[in-house]
Amino acid sequence: MSEIRFTKDHEWIHVDGGIGTVGITDYAQSQLGDVVFVELPEAGRNVTQGGEAAVVESVKAASEVYSPVAGTVVESNGALADKPGLINEEPEAGAWMFKLRLADPGQLASLMDRAAYETYLSTL
Amino acid sequence: MTDSQAPLLTTPLDALHRELGARMVPFAGYAMPVQYPAGILAEHVHTRSQAGLFDVSHMGQVDIVGPDAAQWLETLVPGDIAGLAVGRTRYTVFTNADGGILDDLMVSKLADDHLFLVVNAACKHADIAHLRRHLDPRLTLREIGDRALLALQGPEAAAALARLAPEAAAMAFMSIRALAIDGVPCLATRSGYTGEDGYEISVPADRADALARRLLSLPGVKPVGLGARDSLRLEAGLCLYGSDIDTATTPVEAGLAWIIGKRRREQGGFPGAAIIQRQLAEGAPRVRVGLLPDGRAPARAHAEIVDASGARLGEVTSGGFGPSLNGSLAMGYVPPAFAQLGTKVALVVRGKPLDARVAPMPFVPHRYHKQ
Repeated sequence: MSEIRFTKDHEWIHVDGGIGTVGITDYAQSQLGDVVFVELPEAGRNVTQGGEAAVVESVKAASEVYSPVAGTVVESNGALADKPGLINEEPEAGAWMFKLRLADPGQLASLMDRAAYETYLSTL
Repeated sequence: MTDSQAPLLTTPLDALHRELGARMVPFAGYAMPVQYPAGILAEHVHTRSQAGLFDVSHMGQVDIVGPDAAQWLETLVPGDIAGLAVGRTRYTVFTNADGGILDDLMVSKLADDHLFLVVNAACKHADIAHLRRHLDPRLTLREIGDRALLALQGPEAAAALARLAPEAAAMAFMSIRALAIDGVPCLATRSGYTGEDGYEISVPADRADALARRLLSLPGVKPVGLGARDSLRLEAGLCLYGSDIDTATTPVEAGLAWIIGKRRREQGGFPGAAIIQRQLAEGAPRVRVGLLPDGRAPARAHAEIVDASGARLGEVTSGGFGPSLNGSLAMGYVPPAFAQLGTKVALVVRGKPLDARVAPMPFVPHRYHKQ
C-alpha cells in the first residue's frame, strides 16, 4: 500500500514498500520562485526526521529541505542537477528530490495527509 | 531606520502591482513588488531582450535650489558637480569623515542653481537630515514627496518611450530633461541600474498609475520587480548600497575611484578626503572584485572568501544566480594581492569551499546608449 504525507515545512513523502520518495510541494515551489540550483544528499547518508537533507536555491535565496522522516538515502534525482527548474514545473511528480529507506515507519503518523495539508495551507 | 512595526508605505502604483498579480514584499518601509507572475528569471531575460518597467517610487527625490548649489554639494560628495554641465547627470556618493560611504546617488543639474538628486529608499531620511544639517542658508532643499519614479530599461526602451515622447530618443546617456510623456509633465534621465539602455522617469504621483499603464501597453514593455532589478544590477557589476558599499567601505575600496574627478582628487574638500586621497596614492587595504564560482551553486552575501590554504581573505557582499550569464556570480572584497583577474580563491558555502576565480566586471557587458 502506498501513501503520501506532508510536513508543515512543505515537503511531501510518498511511501511504497519501505522506501520513501521526498520532494517539495507545489505551494513551496510557488513561494520560492524560479529554482536555479539544488544540492541533494548522496546515497548512504543518514538523515533524521526534520533534519536538513537538501538545499533548494531560487534566484533570491537558499532554502533548506528537511527530511519528513528518518532514514538512509538510497538515491537522489540526478535530473535536477541539469534541470533545477523542473521543481517549478512538476514539484510533486518528476522533480522528486531523494529516496530513502525509512528507519521508523511509525514516524509517518506525525505527518499530515493531503486533506490535512490543504487545510493547513488555507491557514497560511 | 525603518520601524518593523510601522505599517508599510505604498507607492502610487500599489493598486496596479496588485492588479498585475505581483508578490509584494516589505522593502525599506514600502510594500514593493519583488516579482510578477512571470517570475524573476523571465522578467530578467525580458529586460535584457526587450524592455522592463520598474516602480522605484520608494527612492528619494530631492531638489536643491539656490546660488552655488553645486559648489555646496561638493562639500558632501567627492564627485565633480561644479563641472557638471546643465542637463547632465552624474553618479556620486555621500562620504563620511572616515571616507566611508553614507549613500550612493544620482545628481542631475537642471540649471546652474538647481540640482536634482535621487537617493536610496533605505537611506533617504538620513540623507535628507545630513543635507539639511549642512545646508547653506542661501539654498532651499525640498524632498519631493509628490512624484513617483519609474524606470524603463532594456534595448527596446528608447523605441517604446519615443512613441509617447519623440524627444526621448535623442537624449544622451546620463542626461536629463523635462519631457511630456503622453502629455504628462515628467523629468527623465537616460540612466538606470540594469546595465541596459533606458530611462528613469520622475512623474507626478497622481499621473503615475495612468502613465505606467500606458507604458505597459507599448510593444515589448512588461512589468519587472525588485528581484530581477537585483539580478540585473549584479550582472552589470553595479553596487547595492548596504551590501556592497556602506559606511565601512571607501570609494577606492569599492572600485569607485572613477567617480572622483581630477580636480577633486587634488583639492579634496569632501568628508574623509585625506583618507581617500591617501588610498588613491598608496592603494586600499582591500578592494571589491568580481567572482565567478566554477560550479552552478550560488554563493550569497556573507559567504567567506578564502585562499588555497583556507585563510580568510574577505567576504562576498552580493552573489547569486545570473540569468543572462546562466551561472553563479558574486562580488566581494579581497586584499589587493588577490585582486588580479584570474586569481583562484574559494567561497565557503554551507561549510564547503567552492572554487572560484576573480573575474572582470561587468559580468554581462553594459549596453548604454551611445550617440
